[in-house]
Amino acid sequence: MNSYTLSHLKQLESEAIFMMREVAAQFERPALLFSGGKDSIVMVRLAQKAFFPAKIPFPLVHVDTGHNFVETIEFRDKMAREVGANLIVRYVQDSIDQGRAVEEKGPNPSRNGLQTITLLDTIEEFKFDACFGGARRDEEKARAKERFFSHRDEFGQWDPKNQRPELWNLYNGKKQQGENFRIFPLSNWTEMDVWQYIYSEKLDIPSIYFTHKRDIINRGGTLLFSSPFVTLMKGEKVENMQVRFRTVGDITCTGAVESDAATLEQVIQEVATARQTERGTRADDKRSEAAMEDRKKQGYF
Amino acid sequence: MHQTTEPITNESYLNMDLLRFTTAGSVDDGKSTLIGRLLFDSKAIFEDQMEQIEEISTRKGKGYVDLSLLTDGLRAEREQGITIDVAYRYFATPKRKFIVADTPGHVQYTRNMVTGASTANLAIILIDARHGVIEQTCRHSFIASLLQIKHVVVCVNKMDLVDFSEEKFNKIREEYTNFASKLNIPDIRFIPISALMGDNVVEPSKNTPWYQGGTLMYTLETVNIASDLNMIDSRFPVQYVIRPQSDEFHDFRGFAGRVEGGVFKPGDEVMHLPSGLTTKIKTVETMDGQLEEAFPPMSITMTLEDNIDISRGDMIVKPNNQPESGQDIELMLCWLNEKKMNPGGKYVIRHTTKEARCVIKEVRYKMNINTLHKIEDDKTIGLNDIGRVLIRTTSPLFYDSYNKNRITGSVILVDEFTNETVGAGMIL
Ligand SMILES: Nc1nc2c(ncn2[C@@H]2O[C@H](COP(=O)(O)OP(=O)(O)O)[C@@H](O)[C@H]2O)c(=O)[nH]1
Ligand SMILES: [Mg+2]
Repeated sequence: MNSYTLSHLKQLESEAIFMMREVAAQFERPALLFSGGKDSIVMVRLAQKAFFPAKIPFPLVHVDTGHNFVETIEFRDKMAREVGANLIVRYVQDSIDQGRAVEEKGPNPSRNGLQTITLLDTIEEFKFDACFGGARRDEEKARAKERFFSHRDEFGQWDPKNQRPELWNLYNGKKQQGENFRIFPLSNWTEMDVWQYIYSEKLDIPSIYFTHKRDIINRGGTLLFSSPFVTLMKGEKVENMQVRFRTVGDITCTGAVESDAATLEQVIQEVATARQTERGTRADDKRSEAAMEDRKKQGYF
Repeated sequence: MHQTTEPITNESYLNMDLLRFTTAGSVDDGKSTLIGRLLFDSKAIFEDQMEQIEEISTRKGKGYVDLSLLTDGLRAEREQGITIDVAYRYFATPKRKFIVADTPGHVQYTRNMVTGASTANLAIILIDARHGVIEQTCRHSFIASLLQIKHVVVCVNKMDLVDFSEEKFNKIREEYTNFASKLNIPDIRFIPISALMGDNVVEPSKNTPWYQGGTLMYTLETVNIASDLNMIDSRFPVQYVIRPQSDEFHDFRGFAGRVEGGVFKPGDEVMHLPSGLTTKIKTVETMDGQLEEAFPPMSITMTLEDNIDISRGDMIVKPNNQPESGQDIELMLCWLNEKKMNPGGKYVIRHTTKEARCVIKEVRYKMNINTLHKIEDDKTIGLNDIGRVLIRTTSPLFYDSYNKNRITGSVILVDEFTNETVGAGMIL
């Protein structure tokens, strides 16, 4: 490469920064959805870069399922403090207590779907008009057709057949009263890009991404953390295993992988040779061929 | 199937560059099969994805693994067996990372291909070896040329069905070359392939000893795109003004944006548009430290020596190299919406970081994109039409011709009532 070319990661970084600035300019009340997971950690770093030396000009918002890994919640609070951002947390439990959401039944009730209700309520409460999400197009096939600026109607719904075309770097954030946008600056990133970025930026990530011993229930091939929210079924047993997680989500449906990867280099090596998508470890996406599309239409991330 | 042999190490990964390409071909020419093969051979298809599409293919009674199921991700697409929207796919080899815009055929083709092509460095145009150059080939090539894609790779596919005939291949090449002489595509290459069997896709084919050129993958990995960006005409559209108002950065006023042309260095004399005032660049800031120079497509923040009133939508350039400026602008306009363009109608226009309004003053002609003839007696511009129009904007734009710079030379039109993006324009 000659001196006037940018590596692909630098190009992706520049594209994401461009988008964040575009949102800060085009919208009145943006927010960044922040879970403490690796994609949202990258998003926060990009937001810092976009507005340096000023602080990030929008709050971080976490829709908390209550089904968390403690490590990520601690990490979330620490990171928000360190970057000096305003962190807003809203709880799915509150939506359940208010009767706005109903807990799923079954031996590992997931609150992933219920997050949508709390999220839409939070958007309403703060009148957010644009919410940044860390979703990537390589994650899931319904996401492959998602736009960078994803338009949502007044009910928060996504209409995949009626999306605005996106050309060059011209993003159209115009909307009617009550409508809002989801913004996905990492659309063009792959799982590998995210890991390489974490590596090159020397970003801290929660310990659950590295190998550790944990009590696990093997449920139909998915290695679930044996937490109080997962009921042991007949024939199942709890095993202490050497595992790590590839994604963080609701602990009742986020599967672990057996792994010895203790360093970032080892994790990257493992990602490079992995033969399963990271979503392959999430039981909620296995429920049906169009599970993600359906959730997104209702207003999911 | 073969796998890419070299592992991607951390070091090489951090130095890889990026190629964006789009694929074009009419229905059944083998687009999905080709993309599926590129993804599979570069290990971008995972076992769980493969299992899922194998299972669906079997359930639907297909005798083969239908790789199009990888790209057709929406329920309606699977139910109707069609592709509705542009899908983006990703794969990497140790040399490059690739972003593929997989643009479906059918009715909305022009709209989808224009969208996919707007960010592409390269277009793959598929031709079925049995059918040769057809009307659709011309249409796809015209769009590639209109959108200023500098590199076109014509893949003559299904060579296995014509006995890998050199004669057939040469005839198609000749036909295409003749036709393409009317277009503006500087780099055209031809590769005889079989997407299904893999010939000349990743591995050189034993069936085409007469073909001396590289495989498709080799071409994608090595085509030189560094010179495609405009490094001469310095353009910096101001996107956002950064004012920390903290104690540490009390007087800091930075102009954030992406460099869209040329090189900017501290000490350079620059001009602000629209004011025409000149000053010097004080620093080029990023969170990773100050830079000695900034070039496309870097996102940076600039500070200036003098205090000039600058806001979003303005442009910073070099005094001896200014863009065009004006309110009457000629465009090649591609219409993207079901609702026809309204001649004399008013639209919101977005150009770089600037938003204004415009009125359609005149339709000069409409293109017949299959024959490249100008249609002068029917000037209605509807979905998928391309025409030459004259617009007038409410305030002056600072622009270049699309030929010169794809970013400062492009606009979108937005419907004032529905807020939909309805038109894509390339400035002449
Ligand atoms: N014999 C042969 N068949 C091919 C080749 N490439 C694609 N096909 C077949 O052509 C049909 C259409 O291919 P597909 O990839 O779906 O085309 P698309 O409509 O352009 O996406 C399928 O039955 C493929 O198996 C090839 O190189 N040789
Ligand atoms: Mg297809």
